[in-house]
Amino acid sequence: MKITKEEVVHVADLARLDLDEESIDKFAGQIGNILEYVDMLNRVDTEGVSPTSHAIFLTNVFREDRIKEHLDRSKALANAPEKEDGNFVVPKVIG
Amino acid sequence: MNLYALTIHEAHNLLKNREISSQELTKSVLDRVESVEPRVGAYITVAAETAMAQAEKADKAIAAGNITPLTGIPLAIKDLICTEGLRTTCASKILENFVPPYDAFVIKKLKKAGAVIVGKVNMDEFAMGSSTEYSGIKPTHNPWDLAYIPGGSSGGSAAAVAADMCLGALGSDTGGSIRQPASHSGVVGMKPTYGRVSRFGLVAFASSLDQIGPMTKDVTDCAVLLKAISGHDAGDSTSVPRDVPDYTTFLEEGLKGIKVGIPKEYDSLAGLDVEVAEAVKNAVKTIEGLGAECVEVSLPHTEYAVAAYYVIAPSEASSNLARYDGVKYGLRDKGKNDLIEMYRSTRSTGFGPEVKRRIIIGTYCLSSGYYDAYYRKASQVRTLIIEDFKRAFETCDVLLSPVAPTPAFKTGERTEDPLKMYLSDIFTLSANLAGIPGMSVPCGFSSQGLPIGLQIVGEHFNEGKMIKVAYNFEQATDFHKKKPVL
Repeated sequence: MKITKEEVVHVADLARLDLDEESIDKFAGQIGNILEYVDMLNRVDTEGVSPTSHAIFLTNVFREDRIKEHLDRSKALANAPEKEDGNFVVPKVIG
Repeated sequence: MNLYALTIHEAHNLLKNREISSQELTKSVLDRVESVEPRVGAYITVAAETAMAQAEKADKAIAAGNITPLTGIPLAIKDLICTEGLRTTCASKILENFVPPYDAFVIKKLKKAGAVIVGKVNMDEFAMGSSTEYSGIKPTHNPWDLAYIPGGSSGGSAAAVAADMCLGALGSDTGGSIRQPASHSGVVGMKPTYGRVSRFGLVAFASSLDQIGPMTKDVTDCAVLLKAISGHDAGDSTSVPRDVPDYTTFLEEGLKGIKVGIPKEYDSLAGLDVEVAEAVKNAVKTIEGLGAECVEVSLPHTEYAVAAYYVIAPSEASSNLARYDGVKYGLRDKGKNDLIEMYRSTRSTGFGPEVKRRIIIGTYCLSSGYYDAYYRKASQVRTLIIEDFKRAFETCDVLLSPVAPTPAFKTGERTEDPLKMYLSDIFTLSANLAGIPGMSVPCGFSSQGLPIGLQIVGEHFNEGKMIKVAYNFEQATDFHKKKPVL
């Protein structure tokens, strides 16, 4: 097995996802197959090859630091699941 | 005459000559949507009222002598492109009630051009999928045979165009999500060069690969819609400041002097359907007969593209989708008092299985100890794939290949085997890794009557050449004239 059930649970935890038993089983198998397939990359000699993170040659895209129009507060908050006095409301963070 | 069956350029001529109004045209499309939507399932949201208001405005503009090629033209928009005041779900439970407070750059351009937005169309959740079966809202059916998938992830856009439920549509393509559904549904679809079209307001899946593009009934419409959405946008730092040519001028040029490259590695790829291979071979012959010269080229790293892609795309997705935390917009799963628990239950309830699978793959590939083995390695292979294309384009103008190894498959056939689903992206995803443009043009039908597409791939910013090849091929064949019976 390329990825164990424990690893699936650990990685899901890092990504803030809860999985039920059935999904853990299924994902371990499916993701294991995918990772095994991906292992073929090790057959490629990449010694000295620089990695690409962006396919178009653009560097240092600057703009002037100027105040522009922006979303007003009510629009920015319009989709908030919970809001109060112009702020987003979240569950208590510090006990 | 059924107005809904018109192409964009045909409708434009009738509008310009005042033979029809945009309100008549839009009403015809809305009636068509009402009659076939229960069978096709292309739309998530139909914006009938605002569409009619936009049509009325377009008619006034036309009466005042202000007409662009898109004034009064009813279009469908993939539901991951933000539309101000119009729900944008990404076909996900987590954004089911999200109403964007702003328009995407491309929507601003379309509105400015006077286009009518009929509604928002279905897709695989967050564009992750090749069949639209991973939509968290509903499935979409292939208009050519309702038992089959329309392709994905822009399956709603493709089905809506094929079934005349709009005159044209926008899709997005991260690994083939415009070209593959265009091929499966028998329409024209183009993924432009990365940076040609602004991604501002496009909900991000994999930011270094995503690109918005047109899906249309013919190549002329593709040229018209591409021109309308292209151009630099300061709101997207990856948007390229470069002039936009009038792509319709390429429709007038012949194929003399054009060299088309046939990648030799594509022949030996496992799983290539005989009928697809035959249709593409015939298409190449037709293009040769029109004056183009065929040359064999080599893309030696082809077999590694799927592997590189399925490390890079999920890695970027896992990072992009971290924003869905139940705080600023979208779903919040109630009843939990602790912040972390709220994140967990919101994300676990809101995301579907394919999205979770990709987030987990991406998080795994980026996690400490695995980053070099997976993400860095895949990014190096990406460099080699880009160099393959560079070398190939030294001896040819465009590349020809199938879009997908098989015609559309049956609903439910591949959902339990994600790897098999991923492997069907082999012909399309290299273009995303290299940032080069690719398009699909109808080139045949299987013995079951399902459409087959020809892929034309070009160098960076060479969409014009692709349009030229596609148009000459289209005009020499009848495939684009056939319509599904619904």
